[in-house]
Amino acid sequence: MWVRLWRDPVWRAVFFQVLLILGVVAVVAWVINNTLTNLEHRGISTGFDFLSQSAGFGIIQTLVEYDESQSFGRTFLVGLLNTLLVSFLGVIFATILGFLIGVARLSSNWLLARLASTYIEIFRNIPLLLQIFFWYFAVLGVLPSPRQSINFFDAIFLNVRGISLPWPILDSGMEIVVWAGIASLVLAMGVAGLCRNYRRTKGRPLPHIKVIIASVIIGLPLLTAWLTNAHLQWEMPVLRGFNFSGGLVILPELAALWFALSIYTAAFIAEVVRSGIESVSKGQKEAAAALGLKPRRVLSLVVIPQAMRVIIPPLTNQYLNLIKNSSLATAIGYPDLVSVFAGTTLNQTGQAVEVIAMTMAVYLTISLTVSVLMNLYNRWVSLVER
Amino acid sequence: MEQKMIPAREPPVNSRGILGWARENLFASPSQSLVTLALLYGLYLFIPPFWQWAVMDASWTGSSRSDCTTEGACWAFVTARLDQFIYGFYPDSEIWRVNLFFAQLAVVLGWLMIPRIPGKKMALVIGLLVLPVTSWLILTGSLLGLPPVETHQWGGLMVTLVLALYGMLASLPVGVLLALGRRSSMPVVRTFCTAYIELWRGVPLITVLFMASVMLPLFVPEEIVFDKLVRAMIGIVMFQSAYMAEVVRGGLQAIPRGQVEACQSLGMGYWQSMLLVVLPQAIRLVIPGIVNTFIALFKDTSLVLVIGLFDLLSIVQAGLNDPQWLGSAVEGYLFAGFVFWLFCFGMSQYSQRLEKH
Amino acid sequence: MEKMVREGQDPTSPVIQLKGVNKWYGNFHVLRDINLDVMRGEKIVICGPSGSGKSTLIRCINALEEHQEGQIIVDGTELNRDLKNIEKVRREVGMVFQQFNLFPHLTVLENCTLAPIWVRKASKKDAEKVAMEYLERVRIPDQADKYPGQLSGGQQQRVAIARSLCMNPEIMLFDEPTSALDPEMIKEVLDVMIELANEGMTMICVTHEMGFAKTVADRMIFMDQGQVVEEATPEVFFNNPESERTKEFLGQILIH
Repeated sequence: MWVRLWRDPVWRAVFFQVLLILGVVAVVAWVINNTLTNLEHRGISTGFDFLSQSAGFGIIQTLVEYDESQSFGRTFLVGLLNTLLVSFLGVIFATILGFLIGVARLSSNWLLARLASTYIEIFRNIPLLLQIFFWYFAVLGVLPSPRQSINFFDAIFLNVRGISLPWPILDSGMEIVVWAGIASLVLAMGVAGLCRNYRRTKGRPLPHIKVIIASVIIGLPLLTAWLTNAHLQWEMPVLRGFNFSGGLVILPELAALWFALSIYTAAFIAEVVRSGIESVSKGQKEAAAALGLKPRRVLSLVVIPQAMRVIIPPLTNQYLNLIKNSSLATAIGYPDLVSVFAGTTLNQTGQAVEVIAMTMAVYLTISLTVSVLMNLYNRWVSLVER
Repeated sequence: MEQKMIPAREPPVNSRGILGWARENLFASPSQSLVTLALLYGLYLFIPPFWQWAVMDASWTGSSRSDCTTEGACWAFVTARLDQFIYGFYPDSEIWRVNLFFAQLAVVLGWLMIPRIPGKKMALVIGLLVLPVTSWLILTGSLLGLPPVETHQWGGLMVTLVLALYGMLASLPVGVLLALGRRSSMPVVRTFCTAYIELWRGVPLITVLFMASVMLPLFVPEEIVFDKLVRAMIGIVMFQSAYMAEVVRGGLQAIPRGQVEACQSLGMGYWQSMLLVVLPQAIRLVIPGIVNTFIALFKDTSLVLVIGLFDLLSIVQAGLNDPQWLGSAVEGYLFAGFVFWLFCFGMSQYSQRLEKH
Repeated sequence: MEKMVREGQDPTSPVIQLKGVNKWYGNFHVLRDINLDVMRGEKIVICGPSGSGKSTLIRCINALEEHQEGQIIVDGTELNRDLKNIEKVRREVGMVFQQFNLFPHLTVLENCTLAPIWVRKASKKDAEKVAMEYLERVRIPDQADKYPGQLSGGQQQRVAIARSLCMNPEIMLFDEPTSALDPEMIKEVLDVMIELANEGMTMICVTHEMGFAKTVADRMIFMDQGQVVEEATPEVFFNNPESERTKEFLGQILIH
C-alpha cells in the first residue's frame, strides 16, 4: 500500500510539498521561539508600541515637520521621504546623463564615442560606496569653511556645510502666478492636441502654431503677474556667524549621494540606451529613409518608438537599483530610511526584528509594485506588436 | 566595339590613411569638427595637469603626509600601508598563508580561463570543491597545526576576495536549486522558491547585511555564536543566491523541451536528466551572466563596512582617519578604486569575450 | 550485452495493447477511443494529416504524454500512475524524435553511453563497446568523438537511432524521423530503419515516407481527428482503401 503510494507521482508530489511546508513551518517556529527567548533574556520588548514613543534625537534634513519630541513612527516617515527625495533627484539626473552618454556612445564622432565608453567602463566597474565616499570626503569634504565660501554671483555659495541657493518666496500673489503657469501648460497641451487633429484632417499644419503655443506658455503667467502686481522675491542665503542661513541649503550628504548615485546609474542606463537603439535593425532605418523621411523624422518616428520598447523594462530595473542603492546613505550619514530608521531608531529601541522588517517591507513594496506595472507594460507591448 | 576592362584604382587620397580616417571619424561636418575640438580642449585641460599631479610631482615613499610634496600626489600613503590594504591585520609571520591562498586562486583561475590548457573539468572540481576547503584551512589555521588566525584579524583585499569567492561558491548550488524549484510542477515548491527569490531581489543588500549582523544572533539559540565574517557571508549568500537563481533560470528556459523528453525516453529520471543533460548545458549558456553577477557581488562586498568588517575599501577608509595621513583621501580612493576597477573590468572583458563565442 | 530472448513470454500475444485510450489537451479531444494491438516483431506505420494525434499516440506509449482514459499495456506492464512501471516501460521502449534531440554538450559516443551507464548501470567500458557496435551498424563509427553540432542532419538522426538501440530496447518508436531532414539525407536514415526492420525489431513509425511504408510495414494505420480511421495491410491500404478520407489523403500525398 505505502510502496504503491510512494511510486505514484501524484502522491509523491503531495508528499514532497507537505514535507516542504512542515519544514518551513518548523524552521520558522524554531526561529520565532529562539528570538522570543533571546529578546526576553536581553530585556527587549516586542511589538510595535515603540512607534508611538518619543524619539529624542534630531535629524539633519526633514521634509516634514519634525523635532526630537516626536515619535519613532515619525522618524520612519522622515526617513522614507528623504529616501524618496534622493531617489527622485537621482532618477532624473541619471536619466538625462545616461541618455546623453548612451547616444554619445553611438556617435559617428570617434572621440566622443570613445570618451562615452570610457565613462561607462570607469564608473560601472567601481563600487558605488567608494564613489559616494569620494564625493563626500575627497571633494565636498575639502571645500572651504562658510566664511571662505566659493561664491557665484553673490547668490550661490559652496562650502563644507553644503550648497546654499536662493529660493523663491511664495506669497499669495505669487501663488496665483504659479497656478496661471500650470493652467497655461494645460492650455498649451490642449492647443497642441487640436492642431495635431487639424493636421490629420486637413493634411497641413496650422500656421504659426509654434509661436502660438510658446506665447501661451510664457504670456499667460506674465500677464497674471502684471495684473495682480505680484513680483517674484528670492530669499537669499546670508552669512550669519559661522554659517549661512536663508535660501535653500543642499546638504553635502545629499549632494554626494545624489551625484554618486546619478553618475553610477547613468553608466548602466547608457548601456541600456545603447543596446536599445542598436536593437532597431538597420533595415528599419533604411526603409524609413527610402520612404523619403528626413533623418530627424526617421529618428523620432521609427527608431525611438521601437527602441523605447526595448529600453523601458531594463531602465525601470535601473531605477529600482538606484532606489535600493540609495540605502548606502547610511555610510555617510544622509538621513534616509535605512540610516534614520534601521540605524538610529533601531539602536535606540533595540527592536531589530520589527524595524528591519518594516524597512525591508518598504523596499519590497516598491519593487513588487514596479514589477507588476512592468508586467502590465510588457503585456501591453506584446499586444500592440501583434 | 571593344570593351576595355577597368583596372582597380586606389581610393581617392582624402579617404585614405590617417588623414582620411580623421576626416571621416572626427571632422565629417562643421558641427562634428566643433564637437571634436571642444572635446580635445577639455582633454587638454584635464590630462596634462592630472599627469603632472599623479606622476611627475608625486611622492612615492614616506612615513607620513609631511614627507610628501604639496603639489603632487602622495602615493606614500598607499605604499606605506600596502601590506595592511592587502592582508589587513593578519600577523606578519603568517602572511605566507594569505599569499598561498592568492597563488592557489591564480593557478585555478588561469587554468579555467586560458582556453589552451586541458583538463577543464578537473580544474572545475578543484576550484569548486577542493580550493574552498584548503583555503579555509590555510587561512584559519585549523586542523593543520598552524597558529590560528581569527577572522577579526583578516582584512583588506583578502577579505574582499574571501567574501566574494565564498559568497559566489555557496550561492551557485543554492541558486541552481531555487531556479529548478521555480520551474517545478509542484505549486508549493514553485511558490516558495518564487517568494524567496523575489523577497531578496526586492530589498537592498545593506538591509540584508543589517539583518544578518543584528537579527541572525537572535534567530538561533544563545549558545550558537557566529563569527562576524560568517554572519556577513550568510547574508551575502541569501541575497546572492536569489540573483543567481534568476540567471540560471534564464539558462534553463533556453534549453528545448526535447532534451528532457529524450532523457525520459531513455529511462532517465528527473535528477539524472537535470544533472547530466539540462544543467550542464544551461550553466554553460549563462556563464557570462554568472560572471556579471560575480562582478556585482565583488563591488557589493564593500558594503560590509557598515557592519564593521574591514574589506579593501573600509581599511583604506580607516587609514584616511590616521592623523599622520590626513588629507590623503583622493590618493586613497583612487588606489582602492583602481584595484576594484582592475578586477571588475578584467572580468567584464572576459565575460564579453565569452558572449561573442 | 547481447540481445536476449526473454523467457516466459508468449510470442503470439501482443507486446503493446491499447484499449479505449482517450486524451484531452484542455477541452480539445486529441485521442478518441484508440484500440490497437501490436504483435512482437510487427512493423506498424501510422500516417495522417497534421494535428490528427499520431505523434501524441506514440508519445503515450512511452508515457511522454499521460493518457486520461483507457489502458496502455507494454510488454505486460500497464502504464498507470506507478512510477516503477513507467521507468520499466521507458527502459524497454526506444524513441527517435523528429528534432533528433541529441545532447549537444556530449560527444556522439557519450550520447550513446550516457543512459546505459546511468540507467542500466553498465560499466563505461562495456557501454562504449556496445555503443561502437551500434555506431558501426548505423555506419558512422568514425564520427564517435565529434559533437552533434559537427554532423549533418542525417548523421545526427542515425546517431539518435544508435543512442536508442544502446539501451537494447524491445520496441522502437519513430516520431517523423525524416521530417526535419534535407531530401538528400532522408535515404540514409530510411536505410538504417529498413535494416532494423529486417532484423525483427518491433517498430511503430509515424512517417509520411510511403515508399518506406510499402517496403517494411506489416500494417498501415490512418488517423484523422484523433481516431483510427483505417487499419489495413499496405496492399489494401494503398490500392483499395475503404474510407473516403484515406483516399483523399493518399491522393494528396502520392501526387508528389
